Amino acid sequence: MTALNWLGQFVEVLVALALAPLFLGWVNQCRAWLQNRSAPSLLQPYRGIHKLFHKDAVVASNASSLFRIAPYVVFGSMAAAAAMIPSLGTRLPFTSAADAIALVGLFAAARLFLSLAAMDVGTAFGTLGARREMMVGFLAEPALLMVIFVASLMTSTTALPLISERLMLQPLAIHASLLFTAVAFAMVMLAENARIPVDNPATHLELTMIHEAMLLEYSARHLALMEWAAALKLFNYACIGLALFVPWGLATGAEPLALGQAVIVLAIKLSVVGAGLALIETLSAKLRVFRAPEFLATAFLLAVLGQLTYLLQVAR
Amino acid sequence: MTATQWFDRSQPLPGAPGLHALELDTAGWAQAFADFSATGGRLLALWAETPPHAAACVHALLAADNGLLLISHALAEGHISFPSATRYFPAALRMERTIFDMHGLRSLEPDRRPWLRHAAWPEHVHPLRDADLPPPPSEPEADAYPFVRVEGDGVHEIAVGPVHAGIIEPGHFRFSVVGEKVLRLEQHLGYVHKGIERRFTELPLLEGHRLAARISGDSTVAYSWAWCQALEACAGVTVPPRAALLRALALELERIANHLGDLGALGNDAGFAFALAQFGRLKEGMLRLTEAALGQRYLMDFVVPGGTASVPTADALKALYAAMPALATEVAHLHGILDEHAGVRDRFSGAGLVTPELARQLGLTGLAGRASGQAFDLRVDLPCAPYAELAPKKAGSDIGDVAARVSVRFDELLESCRLVGVIAAQLADGAHRVEVGVPATGAFAVGCIEGWRGPVVIALKVGEGGRVKRCHAHDPSWQNWPVLEHAVIGNIVPDFPLINKSFNLSYSGSDL
Repeated sequence: MTALNWLGQFVEVLVALALAPLFLGWVNQCRAWLQNRSAPSLLQPYRGIHKLFHKDAVVASNASSLFRIAPYVVFGSMAAAAAMIPSLGTRLPFTSAADAIALVGLFAAARLFLSLAAMDVGTAFGTLGARREMMVGFLAEPALLMVIFVASLMTSTTALPLISERLMLQPLAIHASLLFTAVAFAMVMLAENARIPVDNPATHLELTMIHEAMLLEYSARHLALMEWAAALKLFNYACIGLALFVPWGLATGAEPLALGQAVIVLAIKLSVVGAGLALIETLSAKLRVFRAPEFLATAFLLAVLGQLTYLLQVAR
Repeated sequence: MTATQWFDRSQPLPGAPGLHALELDTAGWAQAFADFSATGGRLLALWAETPPHAAACVHALLAADNGLLLISHALAEGHISFPSATRYFPAALRMERTIFDMHGLRSLEPDRRPWLRHAAWPEHVHPLRDADLPPPPSEPEADAYPFVRVEGDGVHEIAVGPVHAGIIEPGHFRFSVVGEKVLRLEQHLGYVHKGIERRFTELPLLEGHRLAARISGDSTVAYSWAWCQALEACAGVTVPPRAALLRALALELERIANHLGDLGALGNDAGFAFALAQFGRLKEGMLRLTEAALGQRYLMDFVVPGGTASVPTADALKALYAAMPALATEVAHLHGILDEHAGVRDRFSGAGLVTPELARQLGLTGLAGRASGQAFDLRVDLPCAPYAELAPKKAGSDIGDVAARVSVRFDELLESCRLVGVIAAQLADGAHRVEVGVPATGAFAVGCIEGWRGPVVIALKVGEGGRVKRCHAHDPSWQNWPVLEHAVIGNIVPDFPLINKSFNLSYSGSDL
């Protein structure tokens, strides 16, 4: 049984690593369709990563060891997060290793390394990106925590798998509190993953970049890991959202059949999420940088509203 | 003295409509700038001439309501300095610095930093004065350009370019910022200096239009028309009405293509990729129609001395005529979408503000000028054939932000669609090209055409043996680049690309 559990865990991480670029490819494809462009292949992100792994890395002469290890730390954090998030099953060994608050901490650690590495070489753009990333981060984290607290209040636990399980068991009903928090979560997800309207992943304008500006000095395998990590982060956020708001279809054991089913359900859910993400990105323009705080404050406010709604319901 | 009185003293000069010329001494040279500046005149171009074995001369092209006045000032033997126009026309500063780089003539302006000379040739060499140039250094020395430093608590510099992440022309931008707020922007251009003006002097006169067409690719029709206008004036040739109409057709098609491209790019820079896709589609449609009608997607070498290189077939003209109402409808529809999109509105409104007062002081010209209350358009104010009959409407705004420059583009786009329709309907039969002979040695004329970006000037002096003695090409970007430096003050760093795009100035055209 334990061996099976560990195998299930292994499969979950593997699925995350493999599906993350595909998910990104799907979002890009939907975006292209919505903009009346002919879409790139679904496999384009894999090709990009594959290409980068076969290039020679160029590292600035004044880069410290932090600059070299950061891609591994960031990628490692995202892979670890993928193991902790119940994307396929709720009873896998790592899912109970950390609660949702620790998960937010793990994301923060990855952000810290990414920002320090961006400032390491000392270019104006890296510092610019790091500064903006920290601004977005310190506003997004409280909003994310608030979102998690709503679900925690409803289920009396901060462990993501338990939250999912308990929500699954509740009778199907529309919870206003969860609706508010779902919107708040979607906003945090856009901000944290450098999507429009907060950042533009497709831009070539250095001065407007947030996430991309921090990667400008990276090349080859380092860049490949960073881009893969970014795809994983998007995947992870989508899976957190699914675990919180639409947990149905998660495997509660590690039986191969149940996990297999869970993979299919996950693929269906992610394709819907991806299409929704592309729709939001197509309909909005990029915000002025200083509107980002307002955007994230709105997310925070919505999460608080969700909490109040729940508390009022309980009190009644 | 008012501008009118200066015109009373002058002689008509062939070339652009309303053009006059006047030779002045040192005092008159300085006084003319003061008077034109005081009475709302504008500086269109400033250049010099250093012929061997003759007096050096500086020229300026000024514009007023009455017309264009070319003032020339011959320097006394052995003198290399002339009074600066910078006090009255701030845009003159870079032109005067260029005059020193190219000719070794100094204006009496304290800013003596080089402008177009980076490190490709030594300081004592002046490519438009010296007949023989030293071979370019195999390893050019590092160019230590002294930027103006902004001191203060928390001020730091962001250096951008000359190589950018996108595929655009090279230029260096030095931002002094506090946090995200821009305190000062200083540009350093000249990275695409190609020696065009010297190259002109090595060409036969009747081939010069091909080089003129390549000065700034997005304004190729405007440049080749301005060249041909000057050359035809030197030769005393008038082009047939059909050729004039065809040239106007080409110029308006160029305007449409550039405005469509810019509007898409502006939407994209605001993160609204939908606009890029839609305007890209419309632009591509126009380029294909242009190719079907005039033989090329971008109309390089379509305007030739004496007329145009080709004539569209009746079918192609009919297709062009039929396509215009549909294009106008789609453009108007997209205008509505951009106008009503809250996110796009928020990015465009108030960004990169140039008030009409500032625009007047700094001499903002062309499209950007019209968006800041500088309602000048050569097609309307001093129309050359066939614009007097076509009677284009002048677009304009008094607001002067990115949104205003976008809205002026929309208005001009619709007006150009109308003009293309009118021209396509009335293109009669007749000759589209006449013979242009070699003009007399010493003939001199100035061509001036309102390109999509603003007035393009070509001043042409004929030399011996059918060669070019001196040709100065002037892009409106010369006047507008310095205004961009002002437009970004107080804005935030990530808004710069959008503001820059709303001006969309030429590097190649002003680096020469």
